[in-house]
Amino acid sequence: MLEQQMRSSESLNEKLLKAMEEIPEGTKWKTCIQCGTCGGSCPTAYAMDYSPREIFALIKAGFIEKALKANTIWLCASCYLCTVRCPKGIRQTDVMYALKNFASENNLYPENSTAPVLAHTFVDIINKYGRNSEGELITNFYLKTNPLGLLKSAPLGLQLMAHKRMSLSQKKIKGYEDIKKIIDKTKSMGGA
Amino acid sequence: MEYLYYPGCSLEYTSSAYNDSSKAVAKALGVELKELEDWNCCGSTAYMSVKEFMSFAIAARNLAMAEMQGYKEMVAVCSGCFTTLNKVTRYMNLHPEMKKEINEALSAAGLKYDGTVMVRHFLDVLVNDTGIDAVKKNVKKPLTGLKAAAYSGCQISRPYGTFDNKEFPTKLDEILTAAGAEATYFPLKARCCGGMLMTTSEEVGLKMAKELLECAVKYGAECIATACPLCQINLEAYQSKINSKFGTNFNMPIFFFTQLLGKAFDLPSDNLGLRKNLIPTEKILAGVK
Repeated sequence: MLEQQMRSSESLNEKLLKAMEEIPEGTKWKTCIQCGTCGGSCPTAYAMDYSPREIFALIKAGFIEKALKANTIWLCASCYLCTVRCPKGIRQTDVMYALKNFASENNLYPENSTAPVLAHTFVDIINKYGRNSEGELITNFYLKTNPLGLLKSAPLGLQLMAHKRMSLSQKKIKGYEDIKKIIDKTKSMGGA
Repeated sequence: MEYLYYPGCSLEYTSSAYNDSSKAVAKALGVELKELEDWNCCGSTAYMSVKEFMSFAIAARNLAMAEMQGYKEMVAVCSGCFTTLNKVTRYMNLHPEMKKEINEALSAAGLKYDGTVMVRHFLDVLVNDTGIDAVKKNVKKPLTGLKAAAYSGCQISRPYGTFDNKEFPTKLDEILTAAGAEATYFPLKARCCGGMLMTTSEEVGLKMAKELLECAVKYGAECIATACPLCQINLEAYQSKINSKFGTNFNMPIFFFTQLLGKAFDLPSDNLGLRKNLIPTEKILAGVK
């Protein structure tokens, strides 16, 4: 009974499987043999609620919320070590990206996780200028997650500014309208 | 020799020293880095995390512009941009459906990309096009006695390994050695610096950077040479925080490898952005015999 309650609904399950299939070589993850090479290689696995191998097993068994509400996927720093080592040739880092995309679309995040906030803040800035503005990214990120953190990181910000390594202003690129058109088009295509 | 050059967002401010020193080193070697006009963000790991297709589409704008100008190659110095841009081309060519969709998105801006532009890392160009011999010939003040850990990082050779080993890259060591420095043993040379985790999971990020610094010190390095903006800033800007958290006393200069190479070429420090380094470099560079 408990197990059934924890399993995700059929529709969420199907939706995720479909989303994962849409990425290049999207069905390959199903061939995972649970060897644990990924977790054994991962530099952040020690801090994860579930190792990457366990995330694969959870998804296979239909525990989608449990998998996505764990901190695992947001601790993936995209270093691709698991990808180059996987004996089944699964592009694990890409699977992590697919899961992050799905989590964002379905608003399924681990509690207190700030990584999705940073990613969304980054997207907003690129959509605004066409390029990143590191000063604005960090400022907006801390305002949304931890205003006190902004104060704490101010000395580093000032130090970077004194060394001409930080600017709070960014200009739109000339082809800004083109970026906007590309983004609007992808939205109309239903892609994200 | 002229190459089309893609600097990337980090090179505008936080890592402008990498931009300065790469251009200075290239010029000394007779290589011109011609900036892709009006480039935009490569997509990066952050954008890819929430809107993957959109990130591929905007990244493809850069590649489309390069292709339309007749280029077959483009040079990046940021390892993140290098991997991300190559990922787009690779996936488009492996998956015709994706190629079609990306072109549909690009068409809204009057652009088209056939997937013919190969993005190369500046380190690859130095080692394989210019060549180690040409680099050596330009060394006027060899970095004799300087013990440097060659920190390649992850994105430079993973996942594709286009020009270096995926798990134990050595090209950066070769360049440092050519510059007269001693590339110390550095077993964590391809380990992740933590990337954006320094901002989103500080505990994890600090531990990763600390382990890298510790490993460099353990095998006798007095400084670290990097080939990626994120590696450089994570290892340099957070050293004092690492020291107060772990009770360590790191004070290790973190260079872009092009800064060290430029020093060996005897180029003016201002052209190498050395004053932008947060941890002073004068002492260690003055010690070079």
